Amino acid sequence: MPWNLTPGVTDISEQVYSLHMTIFYICCVIALIVFGIMLYSLIYHRKSKGAKPANFHESTKVEIAWTVVPFLILIGMAVPATSTLIAMEDPSESALTIQVTGSQWKWHYKYFGHDIEFYSLLSTPTDQIRNQQEKSDNYLLEVDKPLVLPTNRKVRFLMTSDDVIHSWWVPAFAVKKDANPGFINEAWTKVNEPGTYRGQCAELCGKDHGFMPVVVEVLPEEEFDQWLVAQQQAATDAAAAEQASLEQQMTMAEAMALGESVYIGRCAACHQPNGMGLAGVFPAINGSAIAAGDVTEHIDVVVNGRGGTAMQAFGAQLSLRELAAVVTYQRNAWDNNTGEVIQTTEVDAVMQGEQ
Amino acid sequence: MSQQYQRYYVPAQSPWPIVGAVALFMIAVGAGNYVISLPEGGGYGGYLLLAGVAVLIYMLVGWFRNVIDESMSGMYSGQMDRSFKQGMAWFIFSEVMFFAAFFGALFYTRMIAIPWLGGASNNLMTNEVLWPTFEAVWPLLTTPDGTTTEAMGWQGLPLYNTIILVISSVTLHIAHTGLEQEKRKQLTAWLGLTILLGIGFLTLQVEEYIHAYREMGLMLNSGVYGNTFFLLTGFHGLHVTLGTVMLIVMFFRVLKGHFTPQNHFAFQASSWYWHFVDVVWLCLFVFVYVL
Amino acid sequence: MNSIVNDAKTEAAEPLLDSSDHGEHDHHEQPATGIKRWLYTTNHKEIGSLYLWFSFIMFLVGGAMAMVIRAELFQPGLQLVDPHFFNQMTTVHGLIMVFGAVMPAFTGLANWMIPLMIGAPDMALPRMNNWSFWILPFAFAMLLGSLFMEGGGPAFGWTFYAPLSTTYSGDSTALFVFSVHIMGISSIMGAINVVVTIMNLRAPGMTWMKLPLFVWTWLITAFLLIAVMPVLAGAVTMILTDKFFGTSFFDAAGGGDPVMFQHIFWFFGHPEVYIMILPAFGIISAIVPAFSRKRLFGYASMVYATASIAGLSFLVWAHHMFTTGMPVAAELFFMYCTMLISVPTGVKVFNWVATMWRGSISFEAPMLFALAFIVLFTIGGLSGLMLAITPVDFQYHDTYFVVAHFHYVLVTGAIFSIMAGAYYWLPKWTGHMYSETLAKWHFWCSLVSVNVLFFPMHFLGLAGMPRRIPDYALQFADVNQVVSIGGFAFGLSQLIFLALVIKCVRGGKKAEAKVWDGAEGLEWTVPSPAPLHTFSTPPVVK
Ligand code: HEA
Ligand code: HEA
Ligand code: CUA
Ligand SMILES: [Cu+2]
Repeated sequence: MPWNLTPGVTDISEQVYSLHMTIFYICCVIALIVFGIMLYSLIYHRKSKGAKPANFHESTKVEIAWTVVPFLILIGMAVPATSTLIAMEDPSESALTIQVTGSQWKWHYKYFGHDIEFYSLLSTPTDQIRNQQEKSDNYLLEVDKPLVLPTNRKVRFLMTSDDVIHSWWVPAFAVKKDANPGFINEAWTKVNEPGTYRGQCAELCGKDHGFMPVVVEVLPEEEFDQWLVAQQQAATDAAAAEQASLEQQMTMAEAMALGESVYIGRCAACHQPNGMGLAGVFPAINGSAIAAGDVTEHIDVVVNGRGGTAMQAFGAQLSLRELAAVVTYQRNAWDNNTGEVIQTTEVDAVMQGEQ
Repeated sequence: MSQQYQRYYVPAQSPWPIVGAVALFMIAVGAGNYVISLPEGGGYGGYLLLAGVAVLIYMLVGWFRNVIDESMSGMYSGQMDRSFKQGMAWFIFSEVMFFAAFFGALFYTRMIAIPWLGGASNNLMTNEVLWPTFEAVWPLLTTPDGTTTEAMGWQGLPLYNTIILVISSVTLHIAHTGLEQEKRKQLTAWLGLTILLGIGFLTLQVEEYIHAYREMGLMLNSGVYGNTFFLLTGFHGLHVTLGTVMLIVMFFRVLKGHFTPQNHFAFQASSWYWHFVDVVWLCLFVFVYVL
Repeated sequence: MNSIVNDAKTEAAEPLLDSSDHGEHDHHEQPATGIKRWLYTTNHKEIGSLYLWFSFIMFLVGGAMAMVIRAELFQPGLQLVDPHFFNQMTTVHGLIMVFGAVMPAFTGLANWMIPLMIGAPDMALPRMNNWSFWILPFAFAMLLGSLFMEGGGPAFGWTFYAPLSTTYSGDSTALFVFSVHIMGISSIMGAINVVVTIMNLRAPGMTWMKLPLFVWTWLITAFLLIAVMPVLAGAVTMILTDKFFGTSFFDAAGGGDPVMFQHIFWFFGHPEVYIMILPAFGIISAIVPAFSRKRLFGYASMVYATASIAGLSFLVWAHHMFTTGMPVAAELFFMYCTMLISVPTGVKVFNWVATMWRGSISFEAPMLFALAFIVLFTIGGLSGLMLAITPVDFQYHDTYFVVAHFHYVLVTGAIFSIMAGAYYWLPKWTGHMYSETLAKWHFWCSLVSVNVLFFPMHFLGLAGMPRRIPDYALQFADVNQVVSIGGFAFGLSQLIFLALVIKCVRGGKKAEAKVWDGAEGLEWTVPSPAPLHTFSTPPVVK
């Protein structure tokens, strides 16, 4: 563990670091002087040493001095602070814009003008968190799909949220900005060195606030451009796969296997691995009316979420196959046994009916 | 000066505060429970809440009776009177700050939140990306999510109510002068008139609310316009109700022959409260209705 | 301040519970005894004791929750509690410590000491005083009770930011809201009582600039309370309507703004933190001169500094919100105002040091705690100054650096000052000297462990550990372990204090009227223990 802020990998983070050190040293000096004088009194003006109390109890001169001097020190601090702040708050003339959306409890990244968007979820296995497995090096600071950025280009972030307030923080960039639902905050960075940088959500956002890391992979410019192309290709492929999946039928076994992994990854944080939910907070799925009732309604809840509750819309987060599988799983796991296998076409119908 | 340091009356032990504490507890638990079970129709909370209010009233009656008895039997001094007055003044200040929170919310939404949703200041992208069709205007008749409502004009009922309240402050002042000049008739008549005006105000406000809900579709949950409208006027209405009750109590005490030109703290406190409620209304009228 | 003629002495010597004649007329009935004595009391000393005991119990309860937090954070991974419960512990720990421990403790001290210090027979409105106290236990019973509801108690942090506390919170939010309302009513009534007592019940000759500083600081604190507690009430009310009645104050979809909640909350919240420190300044300003045997340096500037801190406290609230995306101009304004507060606070620290300078200093328990206060509060204040620097606050915000800052100002600030005050006045309250040995043990154990507990948190924060998390990356493991050990040790050390107080109430060496040779003020002119009724006829202060 570093015992201090680190200078980071951007010009701004270096400025912030040196500002931090300057203020810190000034504070140390002030503390040393004050405590030094106090200690001197405590040692030399002790009753047990026969000290007799003096009589003075005010002095306008001294009092003015120790009002004015701190004031001047403060002005000395405010000047560099002001210029750094103004530089930090200027996101104009950026080369790339990325929308960062927090939601309970993951990040979503969308590259403007490139047709690329994806979710980024904690990838530390539950067993490690529950102490049933050795913890990996990047315990709690690892994700399935990191944000990818280029070096040397000014990147602008548009922060927002789907539900509660989150805060996107990468210490090495000195960027921390709240993601407020319904509003967009802007921030920017320009990274000097390639590498992998880790941070965490920095605003209490509910139960799994501690399990919402930010991982950024910074690539040299050319590599980044290649990555962009590859991602766009992948996006096209995925769309084709969605289309293709409409033609395929899933068997119960297939659907249950895929469904379970999706359930554990997305649903279990709230509804719990055993489907029992948390009484009074998150409803159970095991034995619930929805999981036993009308299929269309069940799909609708999963795809579109429930407004005014913590239930999110998963339609955009999962593929048709995954959606179908997870609904199948919910309807057949634990004590639920409708025996129905939901197919992609049924999910698609609900999603189309929307528009 | 020596007058100022008479013996200060320290009351003996009293059961009323603990009764009051229990009452507040019942009200709080009852209200909490009621609110939680609203979707199922209210649960037992409502009854507990009402019982709490009943105990609170019982407590207030008992407590004030003690105070009145003490006051009438001359145990209080000028100094005590000052304590009461200062206490009341600070209480009113705390009420001012309570309203300040809601006025603050009104100003913030009007001057910051809504313009920002419309793309002002550093929130250009808020509008472009999240609410591209939203238009920042006040009164906010179409919210970002598309709920619509109508705005309450200041003409008609609100204007009448303003006139009523302003007049009631004057009539109360005349009653007060009557008290100070020992003109009992003037006191009773004008105090009675003030109470009638208060009740008139409340009636009109109820009518206004019914009109808003039935005909205008302006409701508590009609976006921030409805939110601020109903919470500000609603809390004000509650205060008018309380003020009217205080004046009614004063009326009966006047009939019983209480109060002297020198010694009428309770009357004065009620009158301060009434003037305070009046001033709040004037602010409301300007910021909620007219502007 | 100087010589005090006290004609209350004779009368003050009456026995504790003699109702036959203590300057009150018309006592037909015997006063109730037993439990009813405490339920019905109108006596400022009894009510003061109630407040003090209540706050100490709350300190233990809130501390026990802190122990749960520290135990879970002892190692990485989830061991003892699940994240949802962890959040409840953090939230309720903060609420209990702020509203249940520190504020009632100061109110208790005010009740006990202000009438004694200004030569008043009691508080100005004694029955209301009792009411202010007795609604508190109910409020906290409600808050604690909500932890046992289905879905658990409040889990959104003591700052209850919307929409986590509205759309995304549990049912218990309703109970939370109403219990905060009650706490607010209690504080407002208590504060009104203090203001009126000070303005109206001072003994003849007790002019404004002769008031002991504890009285001055409390007067200003009470003003802050009356000004901001209603705003908190407004904030929770809007939370209630947003959650249960479909309003959208804090929801952009209806034209509101979640950040507006933070503005309203911190408009209350920042003055609130000064509410928790100004009376502490008053206590320290009484103790330092007493044990330096020298008059307080710069009395007038102390008063002005207190008033400036209170005034500025209304202009700095958004320093808690630097990352919320305010425009630069607003960030600059709040940064500058926040930095300015260091000036009057510095004046206070310098005055205390100058008071000790060329004094004749001795180190009894009150003084030890006061000295620790000065040093450790200053450390907390300086880290506060670092937090005020906006561009760097982006790095510190919502990390353990902030947690370190506020525990330095709250635990080694507010709590230590309360301890100092308790040692200073305990002989006056009980009539017995406390055990100096136990006191020394308590002090040194607390001093060492509190720093082991809170100092390393600075490093955790700088290294990047966010606050309000039940589990953390492996690199933070070692330091967290040290912190937790410090926490347990500090908690256990407080049990020494509990033992000491109980022992002191039960018996001990008889205390004189003037317990400390250097102490000044009217409270030292009445016997120890202070009789139930003092100054029924005001003393004359010359
Ligand atoms: C008793 C309580 C108390 C007190 C007294 C203070 C005092 C101060 N606080 Fe603190 N603060 C809290 C309680 C308190 N605070 C709490 C509870 C929080 C967190 C809330 C939450 O989020 O949960 C918080 C958070 C907090 C933040 C937000 C951090 C964040 O979330 O990002 C900031 C930022 O500016 C801040 C600043 C300050 C400053 C500048 C002071 C100043 O008043 C300090 C002034 C004192 C000194 C500076 C030292 C003495 C002076 C001298 C020796 C003179 C010479 C000095 C100079 C010239 C520099 N505080
Ligand atoms: C005056 C206020 C006050 C006080 C006195 C304390 C006292 C303590 N606090 Fe507190 N704390 C806050 C106010 C306070 N805190 C606030 C406002 C927050 C923010 C909440 C939020 O984020 O919303 C917070 C948050 C907070 C956190 C961060 C939680 C998080 O972000 O996840 C931690 C973590 O260590 C912590 C620890 C402690 C400890 C160990 C003590 C110790 O000093 C406590 C010592 C006392 C005792 C332990 C009780 C006495 C002993 C016993 C009852 C016997 C049993 C003892 C043992 C078994 C050892 N506190
Ligand atoms: Cu997301 Cu904390
Ligand atoms: Cu603050």
